[in-house]
Amino acid sequence: MSQHTLSVLVEDTPGILARTSALFSRRGFNIHSLSVSTTEYEGLSRMTIVVNCDRHPLEQVTKQLNKLVNVIKIVEMDNDASVRRELLLAKVKADAGNRAAVIQTAELFRANIVDVGPDVVVIEATGKPEKLDALVRNLEPFGIKELVKSGLVALGRGPRSITDRSLRAVERSA
Amino acid sequence: MTEQMTGAQSLIRSLEHAGVDVVFGIPGGAILPAYDPLYDSAGVRHILMRHEQGAGHAAEGYAYATGRPGVCMATSGPGATNLVTPLTDAHMDSVPLVAITGQVATPLIGTDGFQEADICGITMPITKHNYLVKNAEDIPRTIAEAFHVASSGRPGPVLVDIAKDALQAATSFSWPQRLDMPGYRPVTKPHGKQVREAARMIAEARRPVLYVGGGVLRSGAAQELRVLAELTGVPVTTTLMARGVFPDSHPQNLGMPGMHGTVAAVGSLQKADLIVALGARFDDRVTGRLDSFAPGAKIVHADIDPAEISKNRHADVPIVGDCREVIADLVVAVRNDQAAGREGDYAAWWAQLDRLREVYPLGYEDADDGSLAPQKVIQRLGELVGPDATYVAGVGQHQMWAAQFIGYEKPGTFVNSGGLGTMGFSVPAALGAKVGDPERTVWAVDGDGCFQMTNQELATAAIEGIPIKVAVVNNGNLGMVRQWQTLFYDGRYSHTDLQTAPRDAKVRVPDFVRLAEAYGCVGLRCERAEDIDATIEKAMAVDDAPVVVDFSVNHDAMVWPMVGPGISNDNIQYARDMAPDWDDED
Repeated sequence: MSQHTLSVLVEDTPGILARTSALFSRRGFNIHSLSVSTTEYEGLSRMTIVVNCDRHPLEQVTKQLNKLVNVIKIVEMDNDASVRRELLLAKVKADAGNRAAVIQTAELFRANIVDVGPDVVVIEATGKPEKLDALVRNLEPFGIKELVKSGLVALGRGPRSITDRSLRAVERSA
Repeated sequence: MTEQMTGAQSLIRSLEHAGVDVVFGIPGGAILPAYDPLYDSAGVRHILMRHEQGAGHAAEGYAYATGRPGVCMATSGPGATNLVTPLTDAHMDSVPLVAITGQVATPLIGTDGFQEADICGITMPITKHNYLVKNAEDIPRTIAEAFHVASSGRPGPVLVDIAKDALQAATSFSWPQRLDMPGYRPVTKPHGKQVREAARMIAEARRPVLYVGGGVLRSGAAQELRVLAELTGVPVTTTLMARGVFPDSHPQNLGMPGMHGTVAAVGSLQKADLIVALGARFDDRVTGRLDSFAPGAKIVHADIDPAEISKNRHADVPIVGDCREVIADLVVAVRNDQAAGREGDYAAWWAQLDRLREVYPLGYEDADDGSLAPQKVIQRLGELVGPDATYVAGVGQHQMWAAQFIGYEKPGTFVNSGGLGTMGFSVPAALGAKVGDPERTVWAVDGDGCFQMTNQELATAAIEGIPIKVAVVNNGNLGMVRQWQTLFYDGRYSHTDLQTAPRDAKVRVPDFVRLAEAYGCVGLRCERAEDIDATIEKAMAVDDAPVVVDFSVNHDAMVWPMVGPGISNDNIQYARDMAPDWDDED
């Protein structure tokens, strides 16, 4: 099993998230992370889906996904040819005794302190999943009270855009 | 041009624009606004069914008969959930279907309102696509899209759920001139290079076989298939979904492959060095144990649905496209090869297959207690009624016998529930097929178990003047289940005796003849072999009412040949404890 990142361009219609995610579970896949957002075009959304699976079943689920009427394009994001980022928010125990150490750790990872309380700080960090994992490992000794991640988002490197290309294909076929 | 009207009027007008002439349905609260303008529609005939499941299967039968999407209509909640089985059935067998359901008014959606069910959520995995319409102005575009999606590409069911207040709202009607569906662009034109590669493999193969599935029927490619088969001389097997698409009388037809296929058809796939799959999907009932299926064969797989290709069996040459275009292009490529002197020689292969056909033909034995052999009933029905009629089977033993012992010569003359295996399919589907093509004789070939699941639609047939004929192959049991109990459960007949034809035959519950009469149909019974022909002729002579014939048959007859569940096709049993000898003896 290996990890794969799919960028899925969809029409922004009601139920599209349910249709997409249900298809993965129906075909026996666990979604590792999923994020949805609007794009530079009104009416189009982009999902970034990370799944753990082998190559053959991934092809199968991609073909099934392509059959959904509101799915416009699916691209597998190659790790080396794409920029991948995730956002993390962590609430870490930080009293007078260890606050300086917590802040120093955050700075090493170019993370920001976005909220401060008497005994805790909230740390915001963005980066590749590997970097965020390392940050979490370094924060754990202080005590992580709460942690949330956005799910991965990814864009291909270079000048090309999957949105442009698929919209051109749509215009040609119309 | 736009016209002012209600959402409900807009819906009926949209159906008329989509070319709908028949709707099978049942009204109820949420869909009620649509039924008012439907009452006045000159173009759309509504047939009032007795159960929404019947409406769905009738729409399927209509689609089989006409090639156009069948339409069913139901109210919200239980009306809509009763459509779940026919929608799934249509999804599995790629039947074009449009289901229109009423939904509670938008302010009630999500409140567990009376007769509310999230039918879009429920049917998401069993429809090709579905829509929830909350605004009246969206109705024409949605209906236009629904018919386009249902009937193009790989056909399938589409559900349109319309909120009651959208049906009641004032709106303006305009039929869309152009559909904007950026995510839906089915590929129908095959890739030329792949087609030429397939032709090359056919010429080079020594033991090729055409594995023909329902996609050839759906794409209307029977003529093209025949040209291809005769041009190449390659043996042909037609799956359960493709029976009739290639004439049974044709010398190249080996019959049906699969769990109850002929020895020759199953053997041809197992021993092939090339399988050309056309609109077929390597279903487990065809392949048997997958890892021992056709071990020596290269695969050419043509299908309009890319997701079917290499799903179960790796395709060496994948071809995405409409079967009719694929086969037509393949014919051109084969002709070019032949003109260049490249042609296959299959004489030795045919000798091997002819021996299998000769030694292991389809057959049956008469029961030793003098009771009726069900196979004989079905065989005589096919012979007397002929290849111009449509035969609509339920699911089980009688379905397999109808696939085996009736000779099909024309596409679309055998209708059944293949993928889902829906008991109860036959009577309503036969009704829909008769409505779709009223000039054609339609025989439902049903079992006593299946018949009891949907026979209330006899009322619809009698009242609406739809003179279908129903042959109930009545062995008084859930016959196929009983067969498995005989073979795999030591003959422990747990809950399969239905008492519709007890061996002493004193009390029948129900008595199908009296049941038919209660429903305003003609009821006949046949219990002896010498009465089969006369009973069928009597049934054929009735043309003003539906007819039900209770053929009370032997309880113990079994369907042979058989590849047991989870077993390799190599171990097909020709009859009980009797395996064919594959090797050529001469």
